[in-house]
Amino acid sequence: MESSSTYFSGFSLNDLWYLGEAALRTLWISVLAISIGSVIGIFLGLALSVSRVVAFTLGTILDIFRSVPLIIQLVLFFNFAPIIGLRLNPFEAGLIVLIVYTSCYVANVARGGIEAVGQPMRRAARSLGMNYWQDLRYVVWPIGLRAVFPAWVGVALGVLKDSALVSILGYVELLKASQILMTRTQEAILILSIAGAFYFALSYPISYYATRLEQRWSQ
Amino acid sequence: MDYNFHWRPVFKTLPDLLESAILTVEVAVLSMVLGILFGLALSLIRIHMTGPLKWFAVSWIELARNTPALLQLFFFGFGLGAFGIHFSPFLIVLMGLTFNNSGYLAENFRGGFNAIPDTQIRASLSLGMNSFQTYTRIIIPQVLRIVYHPMTNQMVWAVLMSSLGMLVGFRELSGETQFFASKTYRIFEYFAATAVIYYVLVKIILGAAKLMALRLFKY
Amino acid sequence: MIKISNLYKSYDDLEVLKGINLNVSKGEVLSVIGSSGSGKSTLLYCINGLEPIQQGQIIVDDIDVHASDTNLNSVRQNMGMVFQQWNSFPHLTVLENVALAPRIVSKLPKAQALEIAEKQLRHVGLGDKLSKYPSALSGGQQQRLAIARALAMEPKCMLFDEATSALDPELVGEVLDTIRLLAEEGMTMICVTHEMGFAREVSDRVAFFHEGVIEEINQPEELFGAPKSVYLQKFLSKVKK
Repeated sequence: MESSSTYFSGFSLNDLWYLGEAALRTLWISVLAISIGSVIGIFLGLALSVSRVVAFTLGTILDIFRSVPLIIQLVLFFNFAPIIGLRLNPFEAGLIVLIVYTSCYVANVARGGIEAVGQPMRRAARSLGMNYWQDLRYVVWPIGLRAVFPAWVGVALGVLKDSALVSILGYVELLKASQILMTRTQEAILILSIAGAFYFALSYPISYYATRLEQRWSQ
Repeated sequence: MDYNFHWRPVFKTLPDLLESAILTVEVAVLSMVLGILFGLALSLIRIHMTGPLKWFAVSWIELARNTPALLQLFFFGFGLGAFGIHFSPFLIVLMGLTFNNSGYLAENFRGGFNAIPDTQIRASLSLGMNSFQTYTRIIIPQVLRIVYHPMTNQMVWAVLMSSLGMLVGFRELSGETQFFASKTYRIFEYFAATAVIYYVLVKIILGAAKLMALRLFKY
Repeated sequence: MIKISNLYKSYDDLEVLKGINLNVSKGEVLSVIGSSGSGKSTLLYCINGLEPIQQGQIIVDDIDVHASDTNLNSVRQNMGMVFQQWNSFPHLTVLENVALAPRIVSKLPKAQALEIAEKQLRHVGLGDKLSKYPSALSGGQQQRLAIARALAMEPKCMLFDEATSALDPELVGEVLDTIRLLAEEGMTMICVTHEMGFAREVSDRVAFFHEGVIEEINQPEELFGAPKSVYLQKFLSKVKK
């Protein structure tokens, strides 16, 4: 059908590049959020295991972030930032929310890892003359990491997929790019399938590899 | 900070918000019930079958787990529209959440089934029970206990995910919030109030799940 | 009661049973001894139809267990089986554990099933544990529960698969006492066991398994007193140590 309008046009190879670039932006914002969020999350996890008072107050705050949909958090923060005088673009606002979101989940995972090591082993480490940081570095880290690595991968992959929600702020990552193309080409199935394939290609290998690693560790 | 908070419109429409929260719970609960049924079927197919049916189950599970929920929702919303199939926003959200829940729950169930020792099956067969009785009376009740905690987590997820309804025109809690927010331009106030409602909802669900566990699992 | 002829069984390439011929008559107690891997437990699984066989025939109470038109579920109702791991159903109370099969397999009314269950539990000395969950029982008690559960189906014979070998030593006695009680009541039984003293005292006959065949079978006094097979002599001297 020869369309008289220039607004709608078919899907072309250029569009595939466009989606590929958007997938890279998805990867970029996710990698940033996961790495920064994980570091913060580990420290939050340590704080949670320090004392009961800290665990309760900090735990409640983390709990709130885990009980409110990410999409609500994004809208809230994006509209709250200007109120306190922050001029943020969609990428910055989205990244900050994703970092907070990641660190809340990683905090819980980290606490699980610390608990998995157990007091007797840590006491043994301290009795050998290790200080707090040495105990963490040489005992808690290697043992706890194994225990919670699968859970951490789960969080990371969750963030990768949930980064799709940053699209509502207007950041053109993979999902936003597909929406734009869908409007132009009216080929929803094709474009959603390609976008789905990109997400799958990013997520599935990691999830598969993590499962294999977990099986090898548990033997 | 020269922003003036206006909470009055929020309070005036609070009954509407709470009513839409009921819709949120409804769609989440329905998608969980369907998700448990489909998830159970998918996990059993994945464990016991070979051929096209297994291929179908594995694809469902892995696609549900490795692509964003929002993309899945768009697929039911816009993707199927290409075939001239149009669903109401409620059905789009219900199908999207059910698809997603089924995939995650299927993997939980698979873990549960693997955790039941074969000797339990042998023992019930040796008493003359057939395989159907063995599954319904012996295996599944035990699996349900193992997956109960992951299942409550998934229920919380279903509530949080249902907020995506606002992007496909479903007037559940988030959709309703967006409707009022754009009408009154009180975006921050409305979304803050909604965040609180989500938090309370999640707490109620977790509390109810705990009470139910006490009644269900006496052993 | 149980007639086994020319039974061959293998797992893939591994031949486990190589031509077993065995008759157990009504009321007889047969103990099966032998080192692990000799095929003792596999024999019980084959009799119960839990494992398919490659060759031969197993006839229990005039029914060919492995014939294609045999309803295994109804065959199993006539045979009680007790396993090495006690296998209590953790989500059911002690009473429900025993009453379940009479209710859903034998289709008895609930009240009658509960009555039978209670009777059998008293029989094995668990009358005071009816409403407890298995997790509150010791290993020995759980194994007696497993025996009561099998007895509630009113089986014509009982198969014991190393019923005491997963138990702490101090709990073995109570389970053996229960099995002894059944023997005195005239139950037909095949007991795969490591307890030589028990085999000697309770059995009418003892079979020694070696590498998938019955190397020697005889009355306990003869078998233990004057073993003919070299392998049996070796086995007994090892066990005595």
